[in-house]
Amino acid sequence: MNHEQALELLPGYLDEELSLSEALEIQRHLDSCGECAQVLAQHRDVSAQLRSAQLRMDAPPELAKRIEAALPGRSAPWARLGERFKAQGNGNSRSVGSGSGSRWLTWPTWATAGVMVASVAALSVSMSLYLAVPSSEDRLTQEVVDDHIRSLQFNHLSDVISTDKHTVKPWFNGKLDFAPPVIDLVQQGYPLIGGRLDYVDGRAVAVMVYRYKLHPINLYVWPSEGTGIGIGAGAGTGTSTTQLREPAIHERQGYHLAHWSAGGMTYWAITDAGEGELRGFVTDLRGQLSS
Amino acid sequence: MADPIVAQRFKALVLPHLSSAFNLARWLTRNDHDAQDVVQEAYLRAYKFFPGFRGEDPRSWLLAIVRNTFYTWYQQNRGQASATVFDEEIHSAEMAAPHPHDNPEAMLIRSESQKRVHQALRALPLEFREVVMLRELEELSYKQIAAVVGIPMGTVMSRLGRGRQLLATLLAPMDQEA
Repeated sequence: MNHEQALELLPGYLDEELSLSEALEIQRHLDSCGECAQVLAQHRDVSAQLRSAQLRMDAPPELAKRIEAALPGRSAPWARLGERFKAQGNGNSRSVGSGSGSRWLTWPTWATAGVMVASVAALSVSMSLYLAVPSSEDRLTQEVVDDHIRSLQFNHLSDVISTDKHTVKPWFNGKLDFAPPVIDLVQQGYPLIGGRLDYVDGRAVAVMVYRYKLHPINLYVWPSEGTGIGIGAGAGTGTSTTQLREPAIHERQGYHLAHWSAGGMTYWAITDAGEGELRGFVTDLRGQLSS
Repeated sequence: MADPIVAQRFKALVLPHLSSAFNLARWLTRNDHDAQDVVQEAYLRAYKFFPGFRGEDPRSWLLAIVRNTFYTWYQQNRGQASATVFDEEIHSAEMAAPHPHDNPEAMLIRSESQKRVHQALRALPLEFREVVMLRELEELSYKQIAAVVGIPMGTVMSRLGRGRQLLATLLAPMDQEA
């Protein structure tokens, strides 16, 4: 081993990351090379100073609280869920239906349904499904709203920027286990501006980004339940949304959302452009899809 | 995603590494406030991608997300030449003129020598600062650092060598004065 090679490997020697044979060669070299020995001593000193300077500090407690509060529409799942499971374990039975409606309470409600399915038997399955349907729909609505907002905030609207469907569609190849329909609606006043990969309802989904005037429209597409491979199959997963042949429009936090199923795919569209504009977009899109 | 099992796994595997995430973000941003924002965003991303996590090392996985989140944030903010704090040149001047009040934790560092090490690490260019911090503060292996930073292990080693050499230079003149 020559001097340059030894010098290169010195950090690895100091950090004990070398193989035994390399370490032995370095040792041999150090015996005869004052320069390397000096560099090693210097670096060892720097390392010791860094480790003793108390540069590391614990995360502030409020950060943990902020993170829990910021998780979108999930009501700080670990905190509440942990308590919930403990309460269940102590035989403290709570009403499954309590607190439905508020998005902060739907999660534990839904979780309780999951626990019931797991612990009780067939009898409660139908009940929990009955309970899970509206709340999972509600949760999915919130998830899409949160994702839409985030896509705008962090300038992550598009991973592939193109107004050409022949660019956007192949971009999804290999990134998803399905081929999303990519349709241009520039003639109708909704130009396609790009696409991205996102994560909704426990799976990777395709998002096509359109624009109406200055308003972005996010269109989420994934295979409908039964045809797709949802993550975590079985009772207690979030894929049990009602399948709608006709679009349902809701409003949340000032955004309008439409969702429907067609051709084995589930579609969610969201925008701040307004209800009429969203309806127009959905009608035009569905017209193109079926033609 | 609203699977209670997933939420529990996330709680058990990822949340305990909050301090590691915070420290990485702190040394990348060199600002506690921005560090908190970066960590919060990183946790949201981590939660989102958690069902796809199949690895054995949740800390490295999380730290890689923290780092990516930081770089996204950094690129978006570096264009703003306002009073914000991520200009490398401004900060390398800190060695000459340290600002003891610019972050509250600096006040907590007691000894002069600790303060000097703190300032030296702050002044290190980003690409060296991150590997040095991951090695010396988080005590990650080269393999883990390579995974977090997305570089080969040989590059981890050479950056550590250069980083320590720069730190030795930064710390040396003051040693003589003392």
